[in-house]
Order: sequence, then C-alpha cells, then structure tokens
Amino acid sequence: MNPTNYLYISALLFTIGAIGVVVRRNAIVVFMCIELMLNAANLSFVTFARINGNLDGQVVAFFTMVVAACEVVVGLAIIVTIYRSRRSASVDDASLLKR
Amino acid sequence: MLVNNGLVYLIALPLFGAALLLLSGRRADRWGHLLATALSGMSFILGAVQFYQMLGRSPENRAVSQKLFSWISVGSFNIDAGLLVDQLSICFVLLITGVGTLIHIYSIAYMDHDKDRRRFFAYLNFFIAAMLLLVMGDSYLNLYVGWEGVGLASYLLIGFWNHKPAYATASKKAFIANRVGDMGLSFAIMIAFATMGTVSFSGVKEAAEGTSQGALTAIGIMLLLAATGKSAQFPLQAWLGDAMAGPTPVSALIHAATMVTAGVYLITRSNFIFDAAPTAQLLVVIVGAITLLFGAIIGTAKDDIKKALAASTMSQIGYMVLATGLGPVGYAFAIMHLLTHGFFKAGMFLGAGSVMHGTGDEVNMRKFGGIRHFMPITFATFGLGYLAILGVPPFAGFYSKDKIIETAFYAGGIKGILIGSVALFGAALTAFYMSRVMILTFAGTPRYDINHPPHESSFLMLLPMGILAIGSVASGFLLARGEALVHWLEPLFEAHEGHGKEILPPVVISLMALAVVIIGAAIAWFKYGRGTVADTAPTDVSIFTRIARRDLLQDDFNESVFMRPGQALTRLLVKTDDVVVDGTVRGVAAAALASGSSLRSTQTGFVRSYAALIVIGAVVLIAAIWAVTL
Amino acid sequence: MNYLTLIMAIPLVGAALIATLPQAKSLLAKQFALGTTLIAAVATILMTVKFERGNTDLQFVESYDWIKAFGIKYAVGVDGIALVLILMTALLTPIVVLAGWNESDNGRWSTKTFYILILVLQTMSFGVFAATDVFLFYVFFEAMLVPVYFLIGGYGSGERTAAAVKFLLYSLFGGLLMLASIIALYVLSGEQGGHTFNIAALSKLEMSSTTQNFLFLGFFIAFAIKAPLFPFHTWLPDAAKSATPGTSVLLLGVLDKVGTFGMIRYCLALFPEATKTFTPLIITLSVISIVYGAFLAIGAKDIKRLIAYTSISHFGFITLGIFAMTTQGHSGATLYMFNHGFSTAALFLVAGWMISRRGSSTIADFGGLQRVTPVMAWSFFIAGMSSLALPGLSSFVSEFLVLVGTFTRYPVAAVIATFGIVLAALYILIPVQRSLHGPTTPGNENLADLNLREKIAIAPVIAVIVFLGFYPAPALNIINPAAAHVLSQIGFTDPAPTHGGK
Repeated sequence: MNPTNYLYISALLFTIGAIGVVVRRNAIVVFMCIELMLNAANLSFVTFARINGNLDGQVVAFFTMVVAACEVVVGLAIIVTIYRSRRSASVDDASLLKR
Repeated sequence: MLVNNGLVYLIALPLFGAALLLLSGRRADRWGHLLATALSGMSFILGAVQFYQMLGRSPENRAVSQKLFSWISVGSFNIDAGLLVDQLSICFVLLITGVGTLIHIYSIAYMDHDKDRRRFFAYLNFFIAAMLLLVMGDSYLNLYVGWEGVGLASYLLIGFWNHKPAYATASKKAFIANRVGDMGLSFAIMIAFATMGTVSFSGVKEAAEGTSQGALTAIGIMLLLAATGKSAQFPLQAWLGDAMAGPTPVSALIHAATMVTAGVYLITRSNFIFDAAPTAQLLVVIVGAITLLFGAIIGTAKDDIKKALAASTMSQIGYMVLATGLGPVGYAFAIMHLLTHGFFKAGMFLGAGSVMHGTGDEVNMRKFGGIRHFMPITFATFGLGYLAILGVPPFAGFYSKDKIIETAFYAGGIKGILIGSVALFGAALTAFYMSRVMILTFAGTPRYDINHPPHESSFLMLLPMGILAIGSVASGFLLARGEALVHWLEPLFEAHEGHGKEILPPVVISLMALAVVIIGAAIAWFKYGRGTVADTAPTDVSIFTRIARRDLLQDDFNESVFMRPGQALTRLLVKTDDVVVDGTVRGVAAAALASGSSLRSTQTGFVRSYAALIVIGAVVLIAAIWAVTL
Repeated sequence: MNYLTLIMAIPLVGAALIATLPQAKSLLAKQFALGTTLIAAVATILMTVKFERGNTDLQFVESYDWIKAFGIKYAVGVDGIALVLILMTALLTPIVVLAGWNESDNGRWSTKTFYILILVLQTMSFGVFAATDVFLFYVFFEAMLVPVYFLIGGYGSGERTAAAVKFLLYSLFGGLLMLASIIALYVLSGEQGGHTFNIAALSKLEMSSTTQNFLFLGFFIAFAIKAPLFPFHTWLPDAAKSATPGTSVLLLGVLDKVGTFGMIRYCLALFPEATKTFTPLIITLSVISIVYGAFLAIGAKDIKRLIAYTSISHFGFITLGIFAMTTQGHSGATLYMFNHGFSTAALFLVAGWMISRRGSSTIADFGGLQRVTPVMAWSFFIAGMSSLALPGLSSFVSEFLVLVGTFTRYPVAAVIATFGIVLAALYILIPVQRSLHGPTTPGNENLADLNLREKIAIAPVIAVIVFLGFYPAPALNIINPAAAHVLSQIGFTDPAPTHGGK
C-alpha cells in the first residue's frame, strides 16, 4: 500500500487534534487532543522512516512518546490542582495570565 | 624698561587686607578698619616713592615694569602677570591710594555705628587692590582682571546694605550694565589677538601701525563700549544714579573719583588705537558730548543730593571722554580734569555724606536748608569744591575744564564749534545745578525740625574733607603750572603739533566760560535763592522737568527695550523647552507606552485563543513557505 | 608602577570592605568611604606628579588580553587631557563624600549601599577616562549608568524614579548608537588587516566619507547626550533636581565630562574628515546651547534646575572650544572641564546645604541668607562668581581661552557666545539677590550656618577655584602638549594673526 496514505491519516488526525484543542473547553479533552496531535506526528515519523528506509523516524517517535508521557504526568497534575482549587476543569476559567 | 620688583606690593598689601578681614570674621571687628586704613596708606607711600623715583629719571626712562609669572600661555596666546607703572599709571596710583586712604579715614567715623564696618573696610581694600591692578596691568587682559574686579567691588559696596531690596537691585543693575561694557572689552581683546597676535599694551602699540583701519576701528569701538559701561557714559549710563544706594564714602571713592574714571584711563591708555582710528575717535567725542549734557540735565532735576552729584559725575566724565576723543592734545587735559575732579567731587560727596550724617541720613535737599549755620566746616569744604567744579579761577576746575572747552573749540571746523558749544552749554548747566545743590542745602531757611538741628561731623570726617578741599583749590594750578602734567604725560602720546586752529583766542573762551557759569549760577539763585523752597517737589511741572526727573527716561527705555522683551523671551524659551524639546522626548516615551497598552489587549489570557493563534500562525507560515517554493 | 590599575582598584577594594561591614554601622561605612576616596586621591596626585609633562605619548600604559577571540584588551593609558579629568574625579569624590555626609539617610536602601555605589562609580569614571581600547571604553561608559541610576532612583528626592529612568533610557539610547559605530569599526578593522579595538589602530582605518559621517554621528550623538548639548539636554535638569547634591556633583562634574572628553578622544581622533564636515553644525549647536541654557537658567525657579541649566550653557562653551580647532580653544575646553567640575561642585554642594536646611529647593523660599548664614552665603556667592567666570577665578581663564580660540577661526560664533557672559551675570545675580539679599523671609530666621565638616568640604573647592584663577599654569602645563598633539594629529594649525603682527 502507498505509504503516502499514512501521511494523509496523520494530517487528518493532527487537524482533528488541533481543532479539538481550539474548540473544547474541558481541560481533559484538550489534553487528549494534544495527545492526538502528538501521535499524529508519531505516525508521520514512522511513515517517513518507512519511506526513507532508515530508523531515524522510529527513534524520534520513541522520543516523542517519552516526552508525551512526561507531559501527561505534569499536565494531569496541573489539571487536578486547578480542579481542586477552582472546582472546574474548564480552560477558560484559568485565564489568569492576562493579569 | 626698568624693572622694579616692588610694584606688586602696591596691590598685594590691600588685597591681603581684604582677605584677612573677610576670613578672620568677627575677631577682626576691633582692629579691622585700622589695619585696612594702614594698608591703604602704605600703598600710597609706596606709590609716592615710585613717583619720587620717577621724577629723578629722564622722561624716556620713567616707566617701570615687573613680571610676576606667566599667567596664561597657550600656543601663541601668552599673557604674563605683568605690571607696568608709567607716567599715566602713576597719576592714577596716587589718586587711587591717596583719595582712597582719605576715604578710609573718613569711613572709620562714618561707618562707626554699622556693625558690619569690618566687612565694609574689607571691600574698600579689595577695591583699592583691584583698581590698582586695573591701572598697573601691562596688558589688556590684566587690565580686564582689575576691570571686573572693581566691578565686583562696586557691586558689593553698592549692595552693602543689601537687606533693602532696592539696594540689592541697584547693585545687580550696576554689575549687569558693567558686564555689557566688559563684553566690549572682551571683544576688543579678541579682535586684537586675532589681528595682531598680542594683547599687551606695548605689543598692540607696535602692531597698531601695520593693522587695517577696519580692525582698529572695531577695537576702538569695542573699547569705547567698555568705557561707557564702567564710566557710566551714554548708552550704559543708567546704573550710576542707582549706585548711590551704597554708603556715601563709596560714592565718593568709587562712583566719583576713581572707578568711574577707568573708562577715561582705558581710552587714554589705548591712544595708539584711537589716534589711528578716526571713526572710533569721533564716536568717543559724540558719546562724551551726549553724556555731558545728559548728566547735566538730569542733575538739574534731582532732589536727592547724592543723585544730583552722581549726575554731575556722569556729566564731568563726559567732559573727560570728550577730551580723550580730541586726539593727542586732549589726553593730558582729560587726565588733568580727571585728577582735579577726583579731588573736588570726592570732597563734595564726603561733604554730602557729612550732611547726611548730621541730619540722620536725609538725602532729600528739599528737607535741608540753612545748614551752613550748623555745619560750617562742611559748608566751607563743600563750597570750595563747588567753586572748583564751576571752573571759577583760580580753583582747580578752571584749569582743567577750561582747557577742555578750549580744545573742543579748536578741534576744527563745524565739529569744533559744535562740541565747543556743547561743552560751554554744559558748563552753564553745571553752574546751574551745582548752585541749586549749594543753595538748597546750605542757604535759605531750615526745612526740618529746628529742635533737632544738624550737628557738625567729627574730626576724622572733617580731616579728609579738608585735605580734599585743599586739593580742589590748588591741584589745578599745580598741574597746569608750566603745563606740568602735559609735559609729564607727553612721552606716552604721539607728538602733537600744538593746538588745532585757534578760532578764538584762549582768553575769550575763558571769559565766555566764566560768563555762562555766572549766568547759570544766577538763574539758580533767582529760582531757589530768593524766597522759600517747597519741602516737597512740586508736581505741576512741565513735561521736560518730569522727563528729567525720570532720568531722561533711561530706565524706561532699558526696561521696555531690553528687560521686558528679555523676560518675555525667557518665558517663551522655558515654555519651548518644556513643550517642544522635552515634549518630543516625553512624546516618544508616551508613544512607546501607548503602543504597549494597545498590543496588550490581544493578550486575553484564554489558552484556547493562544492555541488558535498558534495554529493559524503555523498554517500561514506553511502557506507562505509553500507559496514561495512553488 | 601600574598607577591606573591601582587607582581603579582602590575604590573597588574599599567598596568590597564596606560590603562586609554590618548593616547597622552606617557611620563606619561613611568613614571607610571617605578614607578610600582620600587614598585614591593621594594615589592620583602621586600619579600626576610622576606624569611627564612634555611627553605627548600615552603614559602609564598597560595592556592585557581580555577576550582574545575578539581582540579585546584591557588597555589603559593617559595623556594630559585624560589625566586632568582623572585628577578632577579623584579630588571631587572625597569632597562629595564629606559634603554629603547625611545624604544617604533618606534613601530607599542602606547607607552601605550608597557608598558602595559611589565607589564603584569612581572606578568606572577612572576607567572611562583611562581606557585606550574602544570596547573597554564602551563597557565603562555603559556600566557607569548603573550606579548613577541607583543613586538617583534610590537616594534622590521628588520624582526620583522617573528622573532615574529618563536618565538611563536617554543614555542607553546614545550608548546603543555608539555600540553600532563601534561594531562597524571592528568589522572594518577586520577587513583592513586584523580585528582590533585599539584606538590608535582604528584611527588609521580607511573609510569612505559616508561611512565616516555615519560612524561619527553614532559616537557624537552618544557624547552630545552625555555632555549634554542642545537639543539632547532635557534629562539633565530632571536628573539634577532629583538626585542628591553629591550625586549631582558627580553627574555634572564627572559623568558629563565623559561626553566632551569622548568628543576629543574618539570623534576627533577616529573621524577627522567627518569632524570637519560636521563642525559648522556642532559650532551652531554649541552656541545655541550657551545662549539657550543661559536663558533657561534665568527663567528657572528651582535652584537645582538652575544650576543644571548653567551647566548646559557651560558645556556649550566646552564643545565650542573643542570644535574651534585651535590650541587656545582646545586647552581652554579641557581646562574648562576641570574648572567646571569644581565650580559646579561648589554651587551644588552649597545649594544642597541650603535646601536641606530650608526643606525646599525653590529659589523664592530663600531670602536674606547673608545676614543669617554669612559663611554659607559667601560660599554660594563665590561659587556663583566662578560660574559667571569672574576674572581671578579659574573659570575665567578657561572661558576666555575658549572665546579667544574660537574668535580666531569663527568670529561670529565667538561674538554670540560672548553675549553669554552678560546672561551669566543675570543667571547668577538673580538667584543671589533672591536667596542671599533682601530682608530675611519668614522661615529662614533660624537656619544654621555651615558646620565644621561642611566648611572643610567647601574650602578646598574654593581654594582650587581661586588658585587656578591666579595661577593656571600647573593645569595648563599638563593640558597644553596634549591639546596641541591632538590638533596636529588631525592636521589643524592655529590661524596666524591677520594683519602683520609683531
């Protein structure tokens, strides 16, 4: 099968993720969308590895997974803390940066 | 030229006195005035010794000099701190230290009740030092130091009672008018250096011959500007009347006998420039002629005895300046009048001071009257000075003023007749206003509380007045006998070919002068000598009298032409600086702030909008790259 | 002996020692600061004595690699011009410390910090005059701003923060223009035989006239802001008004001299052609500064602002003297820098004492001080006389030299500048009359006269003013060879007398 199709799927997943990040208010959902974008990128990396016939892309994909795992740890911790203090997991409520 | 390393002590002694008295504070209150008087006296003795030694030498070898050290030396601009005493300087040295010492003595008594007497004497000593430096400096720049030094002394002494705002203002006015003149001296020095490469008297004298007419005229006019400032000549004359705010001995010493004559010294000293620059010389004559009338007219309208005398001083210096403008023949007569004037005017000022002292510091002549009965010695000394200034033979003024009138008539052509007539008319005015002063003060009936009559002054005050009165009587005769002063000064000036054209014999001119003097005095007597004098100035007087009382509108002119526009300009510039110059700076700052705050509104704090911006940005970027690569 | 490094190290060591003192002992900090500055002054005087006067080469030269990769060196050395400015700095600092004994009391931070800042500033000032490496100069030039910023913002009065920020931003702006020029010079030097920041090497670079003009402007605007020259002057009155009197002395007396010094050392030496191009413009700006500053001083209502404006006028004279390109103008300008330091110091210190006693800096609040506080009044008067360049006081010599030097080349400029001496009489005598003369105004009856410490502080300043007025030769002997050397290097000779002469 033509590897380019995997790239299309990757782009599709990325777009879905990006739209999700922008339109959804629930922090957990935003977070899952970010994961989706990361995994879309992973899919691209693996595909490129396949196309180019070397392992570089796969190595980077592993790195990305590690980073994503770290991010989940820190990100969920923040979300839980915010939820505890504000009783809400909506990202619009935490708009304190402007002040 | 002979070198004498003792010249500096003439200046150093009074300077030391001034410094010591000022630095030692109240500790010196008990002996300060005595020390100052002694130092001034010692300066006089040193000057007299110089004079005696000078007499023993041949005319060409009389000048002595001393080089102290190299003062300013940069590139070709080399100024030594050097002193020069020649026949001209020594006249001034003797006048300054002689009259100066007498006035020191007078002031001991006059300032007795003032708790700041020590400070007064410190200033007097400082003045003597500065004035000596002025006449003994061997270059224009050294002269300049003394020139501003006497200006400072004058400022300090006019403002001696500066807790009175009017007096403080008068002192400031004097300093600023003098500074305008000083600017002229600066210009003269700069032009001299730029064109001749030197500013020493001897250097400029040598270089003057090879210098262009234009440069010489420019230097001459600038020197004249300097002289008008210091000598209260038209158009910088307005400060002298107000300068009478100073204690009377100051008026006698600084504003009558010595400092105000510095302009005459400057022009005489620069004879080599003026002789070669006829235009400048003509201006000198014009300035002198205008001032002598100007001062005399003001003098006729003043009720304040000191201001009347000040106006007279202005007028008499006008005579001297006029004489210096008449070329080689006039210099000696100018100096002669300067010396005799130093005696009689200082004497009269001291007399006025004595009257004020006796009447509780009253200066309004309309409140005097009949004082001769209470203060006979003051009356006698003042009267001798009066006869001298009128030019009654054989008193001092006769020899000096008549010569000036004579020389003016002999200047040739229309010019001679014109300035001769001005000088003659001035003499009539002088007779009028001086007689007015005499009559209002000493004659007539008392116009004050007769139960508190004036009292005669103490011996310490009468002694200097007496000595100056003797000078007023005899100095003219002594100086003119066998043309003593003329011959004494002759080596300094270019040889002159006798008088100009004698349009009238000298005797006739003398008689004419005498006649106008009698007429002037007679008018004064008719106006004030008979009947009573009102003790307040009449108000229903003609416009001319009113203008004369307002000093011929000199202050109004200065205020409307210089002061108010200057103040307006200052306000405008202050505003400009704030609004335009600093406004631009603040505008830049405000613009930065404004752009910051408008950009801030894009920062909403919503994570999703940031994310959306990032996505849009990425899309735009990719699209741009795509577009470029395609 | 490495005098220059030594005198730069002394204040730093002193600052370090003060830093170790306990916070509470503020008196000890003051004594330490005074001691340190006195030692630095003695060392500088020794250096001045050792200086060979006739020698026009840089002396006390030291050079060590600093950042080898860029050819940056720690290179110092002085000629006569730099020496007198260093001497002035060294003499003024202990006087400022002594005179402003209690200035740090109302500060935002501790007394210790105040004196550490002063001492660091002194080191920077020495460095900026001594540097012979353009990059080193730039570092000192910018680093000087830091202590001054904190001195104004932390210890000043009134709107001190705003004034400090204005000062800092203004100076940084100029500094950045200069940095751009310096980098350009560095790049050019690389193209023409090796990267360097050495002044002597840079002055031999070949440049097109356009390049020269732009680089010249980069330097000149930085210096014109520092000096300050019209129209870059508006930071000065605000800064001087808000700073403590001692800081103002260092600001006007020392810091601003970096501007005029820089014009001689950098603008003239590096860009002789551009200098000639811009001379008419700069002469015009100088003359405007003289007259404009004087008028603003006449119109000033605040005594500290008044002094700041007089300085703008005086800096006009200095710049005029520099760009007149005659030996008299140059020597006069350098001597003017030295003298101005002392006369402004005297004015500011006495004004500071008056203000701290009265609690107001508005001229109208004073009056009749001569009767109440004669010594203070006299000190102010003498300082004022020096500011209006009375003959017999030091400023006269320098001002007259500038005028004479300018007249021989630019008569019109000199004539207009001479009007400044009448304006000077006005701007000094008006405050003298308002504050010292007249009846004693209410609130002033019980002001205390100068105490012993203040008398000791002001006496040497007045002594220098009077001594150099009568005998300027010691200073001129140091300055003259250097000034003549600068002129000969850029190819100017004095105009000959126009009409024959001797």
